[in-house]
Amino acid sequence: MDWGSILSNTAQSLFSPATMAFALAALGLAVHFGFAGLLNMGIAGFMAVGAYGYAISILTFGFPWWGAALVGIGASIILAILMGVPTLRLRGDYLAIVTIAGAEILRLLFLTTANQEITGSADGLFGYHASFRAANPFPEGTYGFGPWTYNEVEFWVLILGLILLGLAVLFVWRLINSPWGRVIKGIREDEDAVRALGKNVFSYKMQALIIGGVIAAIGGIVYALPSAVNPNVYVTSLTFFVWTALLLGGAATVFGPLLGAVIFWVLQAFLSNVLPALVSSGIMPFVSSAQAATLRFVLVGVGLVLLVVFRPQGILGDKREMTFVK
Amino acid sequence: MELVNTLKSNLGERLPRWMVLSLITALAFFLAIGPAATALADEVGEDYDFKISGNVKNEGEPLQGVVITVEGDGYSAEVVSGADGKWKVGVPERAIYTVTLDQNTLPEGIAVLEGGDTQQVEIGPGGSVVKNFFIGEGERQTTSILDQFTARLIYGLNFGLMLALASIGLSLVYGTTGISNFAHAELVTFGALVAMVFGVILEWPMWVAIILAVAASAGIGWVQDAGLWAPLRRRGLGLVQLMIVSIGLSLAVRYIFQFAVGGGTMQLPGSGAAKIPLFGAVALSTIDLASMAISIVVIVAFGIWLTFSRIGKATRAISDNASLAAASGIDVDRVIRIVWILASMLAGLAGILWAYFRPGIKWDMGEKILLLMFAAVVLGGLGTAFGALIGAIIVGVLVETSAMVIPSDLKYVGALSLLIIILLVRPQGLLGKKERIG
Amino acid sequence: MSSSSQKPQSVEKTTGLHIGEIEPGVKKVDPIVTIDKVHRQFGGLTAVDVDHLEIPRGVITALIGPNGAGKTTLFNLLTGFDKPDSGEWTYDGENIAGVPAFKLAQRGQVRTFQLTKALGLLTVLDNMKLGSKHQRGERLFPSLLPFLWKGQDDEIAEKAMKLLKKFKLDAKKDDFAASLSGGQRKLLEMARALMSDPELVMLDEPMAGVNPALTQSLLDHILDLKKDGMTVLFVEHDMHMVSHIADWVVVLAEGRVVAEGPPDVVMKNPAVIDAYLGAHQEIDLGVVTGRYDEASK
Repeated sequence: MDWGSILSNTAQSLFSPATMAFALAALGLAVHFGFAGLLNMGIAGFMAVGAYGYAISILTFGFPWWGAALVGIGASIILAILMGVPTLRLRGDYLAIVTIAGAEILRLLFLTTANQEITGSADGLFGYHASFRAANPFPEGTYGFGPWTYNEVEFWVLILGLILLGLAVLFVWRLINSPWGRVIKGIREDEDAVRALGKNVFSYKMQALIIGGVIAAIGGIVYALPSAVNPNVYVTSLTFFVWTALLLGGAATVFGPLLGAVIFWVLQAFLSNVLPALVSSGIMPFVSSAQAATLRFVLVGVGLVLLVVFRPQGILGDKREMTFVK
Repeated sequence: MELVNTLKSNLGERLPRWMVLSLITALAFFLAIGPAATALADEVGEDYDFKISGNVKNEGEPLQGVVITVEGDGYSAEVVSGADGKWKVGVPERAIYTVTLDQNTLPEGIAVLEGGDTQQVEIGPGGSVVKNFFIGEGERQTTSILDQFTARLIYGLNFGLMLALASIGLSLVYGTTGISNFAHAELVTFGALVAMVFGVILEWPMWVAIILAVAASAGIGWVQDAGLWAPLRRRGLGLVQLMIVSIGLSLAVRYIFQFAVGGGTMQLPGSGAAKIPLFGAVALSTIDLASMAISIVVIVAFGIWLTFSRIGKATRAISDNASLAAASGIDVDRVIRIVWILASMLAGLAGILWAYFRPGIKWDMGEKILLLMFAAVVLGGLGTAFGALIGAIIVGVLVETSAMVIPSDLKYVGALSLLIIILLVRPQGLLGKKERIG
Repeated sequence: MSSSSQKPQSVEKTTGLHIGEIEPGVKKVDPIVTIDKVHRQFGGLTAVDVDHLEIPRGVITALIGPNGAGKTTLFNLLTGFDKPDSGEWTYDGENIAGVPAFKLAQRGQVRTFQLTKALGLLTVLDNMKLGSKHQRGERLFPSLLPFLWKGQDDEIAEKAMKLLKKFKLDAKKDDFAASLSGGQRKLLEMARALMSDPELVMLDEPMAGVNPALTQSLLDHILDLKKDGMTVLFVEHDMHMVSHIADWVVVLAEGRVVAEGPPDVVMKNPAVIDAYLGAHQEIDLGVVTGRYDEASK
């Protein structure tokens, strides 16, 4: 078993675009659920809208990369409004069902062959990197050390992703510790009480939905930046993984989603390297390597159940904060 | 007018104008880029490993612009024949597919002469298959719109009945325990898998396999409540937590299924049986007819049980008001246990019928209709069994008939949109009681 | 303020509130709220069916009646938490039927709930701050720049501390509201409602589940509201409390106003006694059942 490459691959995933995208999505979901109490089961849809908005703007409309990013963000705002209007007056589990349905409708619209010209349907979108790469401020060369070595393009993506993540964290932290955050925390616990104090509860929930949606869409864009946009990525399982990461770290905290996302992703990378290696080196003879890969997802499901039952506040959460306000 | 008022009052506390405008813009955008974009390619799904291809020719001359639709195993795609008459569709699974040639896109006076414009193919051992239609001059035997509609209505009814079997349990579990059970889909898959184990792997007679599969489903229902849900209820977990537990459970179980049977599609014996033309454009196989008959019989039997038996009445009492039911002497835990067992049995049976309908068994086959089940249940009214039945039939018919006007790979979108609209206009569903949903 | 060992405040009742004969729907000299033909039905059950009712300004009005009479439903309708099937009502002369709850709260109408809604996940001080109106920091973009709202927030904190002192909760300002006792939460809810300097304070069963020691304290706080010029409308079952502090009493039964007037008049109304009060309201229950006699009380 080549522990060297297993550990090196795992270490690399710490700063990969996927991890950063995941952290952003988890942060967005924290605004939705951790702070505002909105059961958004369609967070994958927001990531998809960001990524597709970005890629389509470049490929079909010829926007520069930063304009395309703004379009992706704008699209997520529209999605939040579309989803929010019918559902923000409904009870929690109704919102969950509607958001899953909404995200799935989106995915089907992206997948259909009728839209092939624009969305690439099942093949997805790729080859939109020119403008982004042209804007790279880092000259050619290698950066970093050890398992974290990047060429100038990868480095550009990394730095940009980290900056965006940092800005998002600052933004959310400021919000939560302000009077606005106070109102949101009140709404999460008891809408009627806050309504009786003169606050427009619907407007606040919508704002939370939009903010969380924009952050998740930025996550989608970061994910798409160096690679491709594929509809099979933005499935409901992705939403459930983001939820797991969020609950793991601590839903009602600012750094919890980051911690949860990093642990989740690093663990996934570790398992996806270790399990096939265990199989091929004969330590787990009763499974094939394809089966070994599915084992990690089984562990995610089991982990989510254990987390919700035994430690719903996650790693960083405060038990008194009652993550699941009944 | 009342509807408009309801819509207005439900649209939040006085929407600012900018919000309404963005709503309209977004809707327009989607309607524009949606089905209106008809430019199709002559090769679709290049990423997939399996291919169905063909060559549209009339007496040696290639025909361009003929629309071919490939459907099956939950997948759907449309292609247009190129200048050389060729077309190719990539498909995700080695399974049975239905290939349909749209005769309206053939030149005047040219028609499909033999075999009909809808035929079934199976992917060959090499990973591909060729399907050519026998085309020539002749009278087009086009099916009238009415006939097409009737056919889709019947298929929709078949699908809806199967969906009803799956959804009734989901609705009753919600009604008696308040849990939106996302793992219900896996119960559907479970039934099909067990039937496959006995009927295909062990090669026992199918009717034995089906009975064993339903029995196994009952067992799983018992285990679930006794081992997981009842202890969690006693622990005092909130409804949202229980819902997320069901999500984690569905993830774990679904991937255990994939672990056990891999990612491919398997068939039950008798799938892909010949469709017998009945009337108009309706063609059903004996299995389709048996499936509908079984669904109807089981649903009626269940309905009688629910209405007249003591436990059936107790179930409805608990759905209405659990504490009142308990106070009047009903053993709530026992009834809930029975509800779980019955819900699992119905779901397992539905899984077997779903396996024949698609056709095909896959590790995530349940998940593909989970949202449709929720749509059916919400449409009919969360917590009512009869509501689930009506909702499921409406969803099934809507899904099948909508494929006449929108691209077939979007046919679930109609049902999902209906789900959202219902929650906007009448959240308690068709048969539910109006309570404060906010 | 006073505790159970001190004598309660002597209460001066306000009189002359009505115009004309005392009967259900009688007009008031200075009504703050008027209700016209309000009808609310739940399925086959008529919850509220009020022909005409006026609430007098600046005094304490009690809303009494048997369980299921529609008191809380009427409250919900008036405060925008429920929509009637028909009818209209005005607040300060303005038609407010259909106005959403949060807007009514902004206009000077606050309410408390039967099941106290102290926000347990927030500290006591944060609860209080939430009650204040027109906070710059509560808007999305200003909230990102603390220098824009910090000053105002500090002012609000000062005001909150004054109120908390008055309600004897100042020592608990940084505790989570969930750690307060039930009675303390009631006080918090009332104090919080006062943060917005309301005109009309509507209390839904303020004494429900409150121990007798706290009752006196609450009564005094309610009397202070009247002293400070606010109008109070409250729902109660405790007839001693009602007769002690209410200037006007409205009796609801089966959704209709069956009687209204000053407390002494209403409580002698035979229909009201039969339907609701019981014949021995003014006598201690212990005396009625013979456990001890009047003299030794």
